[in-house]
Amino acid sequence: MLLEISNLSVAVGDKEVLHGINLTIDQGETHVLFGKNGSGKTSLLMALMGFSNYRITGGQIRFKDQDITRMPINERARLGIGMSFQRPPTLRGVKTKDLIRTFGGRQEDREKEISGLNMATFMDRDINLGFSGGEIKKSELLQLILQDPELILLDEPESGVDLENIKIIGRSIKKLLQKHLRRQRTKSGLIITHTGLILNYLEADMGHLLLDGHIRCEGNPREMFETIQTAGYEECARCQR
Amino acid sequence: MSEIIKEAEAARNKQGQHGADVDLDSFRRDAPAHGTDPDLTCLSDSEMEHLAGVGIVAAPQERAGSFILKDHSPVHCSMGQDGVELLSIKTALAKYGDLAEYWWKAVHPGTDKYTAQAALALDDGYFIRVRAGVKAALPVQACLFIGAEGLSQNIHNVVIAEAGSELHIITGCTTAPDLHRGLHVGVSEFYVQKGATVTSTMLHNWGDEIVVRPRTSVIVEEGATFMSNYVCLKSARSVQMDPLVRLVGPDAVTRLNTILVAAPGADFDVGGRVSLEAAGTRAEIISRTITTGGNIISRGLLTGHVPGAKAHLECSGLILADGGYIRAIPELDGRVAGVEMSHEAAVGRISQEEIEYLMARGLTENEASALIVRGFLNVKMEGLPRELADEIERIVEAFGKSVF
Repeated sequence: MLLEISNLSVAVGDKEVLHGINLTIDQGETHVLFGKNGSGKTSLLMALMGFSNYRITGGQIRFKDQDITRMPINERARLGIGMSFQRPPTLRGVKTKDLIRTFGGRQEDREKEISGLNMATFMDRDINLGFSGGEIKKSELLQLILQDPELILLDEPESGVDLENIKIIGRSIKKLLQKHLRRQRTKSGLIITHTGLILNYLEADMGHLLLDGHIRCEGNPREMFETIQTAGYEECARCQR
Repeated sequence: MSEIIKEAEAARNKQGQHGADVDLDSFRRDAPAHGTDPDLTCLSDSEMEHLAGVGIVAAPQERAGSFILKDHSPVHCSMGQDGVELLSIKTALAKYGDLAEYWWKAVHPGTDKYTAQAALALDDGYFIRVRAGVKAALPVQACLFIGAEGLSQNIHNVVIAEAGSELHIITGCTTAPDLHRGLHVGVSEFYVQKGATVTSTMLHNWGDEIVVRPRTSVIVEEGATFMSNYVCLKSARSVQMDPLVRLVGPDAVTRLNTILVAAPGADFDVGGRVSLEAAGTRAEIISRTITTGGNIISRGLLTGHVPGAKAHLECSGLILADGGYIRAIPELDGRVAGVEMSHEAAVGRISQEEIEYLMARGLTENEASALIVRGFLNVKMEGLPRELADEIERIVEAFGKSVF
């Protein structure tokens, strides 16, 4: 098992926002997280990445057979977890190219990925300063591609993106998750989506519905999304009660 | 001349408006004499290396002119472009009938004891004049160097950019690597005439116990531009300065950038004042300060005298260690309806969210902090020659690495 979350509880400030979450992702699998605003989806991703505002109050996270529950963020990143943020901070004065440079690899490979996402003109701009919604998503995705993690956490990769750019983003995510490989796929993903648009670009293996900090339903992601669309989140949760 | 002396005599004991009082008599006045040095051989290799750290290069072909003052002696003065005149100030005073139009016309000798000392006991300084319409292709460099222990150095500089000219001055102020104590008093008067552009970049590398009291005034005429970049990322005991830029002609523009770091024991009281006195004038004051244990007062004052004058002031401070303070004092003084002036000030620590964002990309906490600090100090400085911009970037990067 690549990722194994057992009985995980997470608090933000004094408030517990996730209660006893169990979730496993195997190598090569893509999972989707559904849920209303405020249901705990972003908190789960932030806790998996190790952000200090998301305090783990119980349970365990195992990744590649290691207990990473208390591991610093950068060590999780080095071990193979990468995340695309929904609202990343603005880093004034820090150029996008300064961060890109830290990923290593060959210069020509970096340039190929940069031009693939039409990001060449962003290299001299401060990270996320004045970026539109779509530009933030592309910048996040570019960083992830160069970081090359094994477990890819995507927080609403399609929100605020126009229809032309959603194609570029959808195809990049598909490639990042090695959807072109039938066997020997090593990349796995956990994706938060509200619109479900991203499901048009990649086959997901499993869906999870978060409601009020609990996982309330698990199953075929397309079927779940259709239920949510036609009958709402509560109806989707009802099927397993 | 006698009026100047009279005014200075009256201010002999007048304390400065800001900054700790300095006992001028505790510094020696007997400087060792240094002969002229056309080939720059009087400075040792380690001293030249020190100079390179403040933007001063030994290669004359890279500069439109070079001036080096060691202690009280102008040891080197060379010019490389027609229409760009560079002299020691004493030579200029002798040659141009006391420079009556410019000498002590922007700065008053009676401002405080430091201007008084510069008027009463002038050691030397530089005179730069760019003739009308001449665009200096390369920067002029001036180095003010203290090599003798415990010395006070009284400087007076005059810079004249005639109508339509362009000039970039690099002033590197530094002391001998092993020097402990010294005082640098520097009066600078800039006259930026109609349509001219002057960029003045000052890099500093002082010793730990050096006291610095610059007194600068700039007069900017119609359609002219004055840009100042003040960089001090190494220590000093006490620096107090508050240059005044007067935008006296319509559409005159100025931008003052300051980046500085106060190490433990350092006391900085630095700022900038801009007086917007004509229609269409614009000003921006940007300061980025960091304390690693020293004290910083970061001032800024914009005075708007005419409708339509536009100005912005930004003081940002980062506290990286306890033991010191950063006090940001932005002031806006609007005198008429129709001025547009604004300010923002922020003092704090590095945002945890930003550090963790970079850590999620695999950087260690220290690498992330260093990258953020580098970005914080990365103020856009326009018009810098490539190698000087690289040098500043190198200094900023070295600082980022040194604190984390």
